[in-house]
Amino acid sequence: MKKPLKVKHKVRVIPGFGLTMGITVAMLSMLIIIPLASVLLYSLRLSPAEFFGLITAPNVISAFVTSIVCALIAAFINSIFGLILAWVLVRYDFFGKRILDGLIELPFALPTAVAGITLSKMYSNTGFPGGFLSGIGLDVSYSHIGIVVALVFIGIPFTVRSVQPVLESLDGQYEEAAYILGASRRKTFFKVILPEMFPSLLTGFSLALARGIGEYGSVIYISGNSAKNGTQVVSYVIMQKLERMDYSSATAIALVMLIISFVLMFAINIIQIRRSRRVNAM
Amino acid sequence: MYVELKNINKYFGDFKAADNVSFGIEKGKLVALLGPSGSGKTTILRMLAGLEKPDSGEIYIDGKLVNNIPASERGIGFVFQSYALFRYMTVFDNIAFGLEVKKTPKKQIKERVNELIELVGLSGMEKRYPNQLSGGQRQRVAFARALAPEPTLLLLDEPFAAIDAKVRAELRTWLADMIHKVGITSIFVTHDQDEAVDVADNIIVTNQGRIEQHGAPQEIYNNPETPFVAEFIGTSAKYENYGVLKGFSREEKINGALIRPEFVEVFKSDNTSIEPYLKYADDGIVENVTFRGNSIELTIDVKGLKLTALRSLERRKIDVGERVKVLVYRLYAFDNEGVKIIENSDIAGKETVKL
Amino acid sequence: MDYYDKKQNRSQKVTKYLLIAVSVIFIGVMLVLPLISVIVNSLKEGIEFYFKSLSTEFVTSALGVTVMATLISVGVNTLFGIIASWLLTRFEFRGKNTLSTLIDIPFSVSPVIAGLAFIMTFGRLGWASPVVDWINSTFGTDIQIVFALPGVVLATIFVTFPFISREIIPVLNTVGHDEEEAAALMGAKGLKIFRKITFPHIKWALLYGVILCTARALGEFGAVHALSKTRGQTFTLPLEIDALYMSGSADSITASFAVSSLLVIMAIVVLVARNIVEYRAKKEK
Repeated sequence: MKKPLKVKHKVRVIPGFGLTMGITVAMLSMLIIIPLASVLLYSLRLSPAEFFGLITAPNVISAFVTSIVCALIAAFINSIFGLILAWVLVRYDFFGKRILDGLIELPFALPTAVAGITLSKMYSNTGFPGGFLSGIGLDVSYSHIGIVVALVFIGIPFTVRSVQPVLESLDGQYEEAAYILGASRRKTFFKVILPEMFPSLLTGFSLALARGIGEYGSVIYISGNSAKNGTQVVSYVIMQKLERMDYSSATAIALVMLIISFVLMFAINIIQIRRSRRVNAM
Repeated sequence: MYVELKNINKYFGDFKAADNVSFGIEKGKLVALLGPSGSGKTTILRMLAGLEKPDSGEIYIDGKLVNNIPASERGIGFVFQSYALFRYMTVFDNIAFGLEVKKTPKKQIKERVNELIELVGLSGMEKRYPNQLSGGQRQRVAFARALAPEPTLLLLDEPFAAIDAKVRAELRTWLADMIHKVGITSIFVTHDQDEAVDVADNIIVTNQGRIEQHGAPQEIYNNPETPFVAEFIGTSAKYENYGVLKGFSREEKINGALIRPEFVEVFKSDNTSIEPYLKYADDGIVENVTFRGNSIELTIDVKGLKLTALRSLERRKIDVGERVKVLVYRLYAFDNEGVKIIENSDIAGKETVKL
Repeated sequence: MDYYDKKQNRSQKVTKYLLIAVSVIFIGVMLVLPLISVIVNSLKEGIEFYFKSLSTEFVTSALGVTVMATLISVGVNTLFGIIASWLLTRFEFRGKNTLSTLIDIPFSVSPVIAGLAFIMTFGRLGWASPVVDWINSTFGTDIQIVFALPGVVLATIFVTFPFISREIIPVLNTVGHDEEEAAALMGAKGLKIFRKITFPHIKWALLYGVILCTARALGEFGAVHALSKTRGQTFTLPLEIDALYMSGSADSITASFAVSSLLVIMAIVVLVARNIVEYRAKKEK
């Protein structure tokens, strides 16, 4: 362990490099990489024609469209409310602010299945506010709107917690500077503050989107999972295929999902690297 | 030689941090490694400590080859630039840590730590945490912590960088006194020539991974051996066309000259007391006058050369645009190989004027 | 000028209260209302029915499985989190960024895919299935992974894998590694350095990570759903909630909300604990 790996003439004064490297790589491989690689391995057995046949089946395409479009809409709504909530929590003082701040993480803490059945019940035509909404002709449960509601619920902490620290670090100086230069409050917000927060908002958006596309527990009760109405999400379809022992379809769809996740993760990393570069340049 | 480096080379990728570095340090001396950032001084210190390994060459401490001895067994004390005090330990525990690691008996630890706390003047602060101390006090703790296991060599990485300019001068005298009192061989890294000149017994000037000069502060100041040292030590400006000055002639192969402000004397043109020397003086026009706290800095145009001179506040006032007499005593002429001092040939041998 | 300022002030105040109102309504409708809804629905048939639904054999078994899976995954991930964050913040090496990204994979992978991955590894079609069979026939054991408790535990570990390292890494990066280097130079060994120097810096972050990890492990649904099929044996609380809810009768739906209320209480405990930890950590700074 004292002999450094690869890098020549490198001294590591702090002990434990070999040991921690060994344990980290071993655990990561056994628990994460190898299982995921098995999905890839299995789907590689399929011929390209079979693979494309499976992932372009009408109900699969429809599920991808549903998952992606609903997640996009939810992430967009979350960006707007995330911005408002972060702004209110950072800039204003009012009674109950601490409780409001503490509640933001609720969707992380509440099991998704619990959120799923509750939302489904609330927005069904016998619940509140579902009963009232269906009275004015808006059916939320068992529709695409229901899926969006569930995804807004689970996605809101991502956007708030991405924007909040950046807003805190702005400390009002920019605004004061812009204000002294004669910009109106509205202009200051749109020209100075919003561009400053945009990368973090984009990160929050991407995180909420990534979570939304793969979401299962909170969505499957409220969505109704109807192939006819196109309210099946991708995770549900994978689960359905698993239950029918259709492993070829399940792995093929999962592989496409994995690729989407990795692309999103890559994008988030780039945003963050760029941001730190820009901040460091100052 | 107590510490000796022989033909040390060290690359970081394409960057040459140490280029055939060799030097020796006598026991008990306080030595400064002085150079601009990126000159390799910190790398040399880290190689001595065992935090980096040289690509080639040998390092001896107390006559023993230490290349393959791990850092913790070289018997060195190291003071980090940021002090690296253990933030969750009290002053006492910080200083005791090295002794605890060595499994020293509790009673002995207590005695030694108390002794050191007294030595560095922090009595009564044993129970404080680092964030309850001032910058200077933290440095004292770092110093005591490094000394606690009784190392034979003390290494300090930019020990004054994290301290306010105001207390820096006071603290460096304190540290030098302390080191001499303890009698430990010490090497510290700095980019500040005042610091090196003020504190060190010997200075090693580094540049681009090479040792430029090694010697006592005064020797380095008065007799720089390389153009780099001549330019780096003290304040000076470079002039190619120095031959236009009275008393100097341009020589073959000489690329130019460095003139320090203290080599230049300025007289008001109506000054009669220096009549005998006036004929050796050049005429100049004052272009700029800046107050420097304890003196006046003048920029004077002499035959196209912009010379800088310092003038005591006690002397008569000189204004911008005034015609003055300028006398240059000496300068450092440099060629491709090195530096030589050239005295003004007109006044050589005569008594120097000082007013 | 005075008039202008007053007007400006008034419009600012209007904006402020408008935004606060929007926030409170959003949080109220989106987050608080579901909590209330769970409690109201769980008590629909009275308090007696509530406690009866909590004491069925299925629920107690599910509670046992959930607690076990949570304890094991928190233990495994704490160990991993500390070791991985030491590696990623105390050393420079090639491939460090890649390693760090790989650890974060479970954040962005659908939990259903996590379940699928273990089925494709240890299930009937999985390449590791013959290995498990060989172990069983050689040592006379009867180890089952998929659709058994080990599968549930593995899935729970998977989805909570990065939780603790993600909390510790930023703290260790901010602290820097000077202190550890200084201690190592004095000859201190790894465990002593960790215990005396690193641990005090990360204790709050570690605790925070453990809380998040616990919450996620207790509530994990998708991954476990794919890997667990036997009610009363390998079902966790969320699976039991699902089974009750999907059986469709009014009574069983109320029972499913009763079981959910247990997890709601847990979620509130987690939120309170999180806020306390954050407050203490800030105070210590």
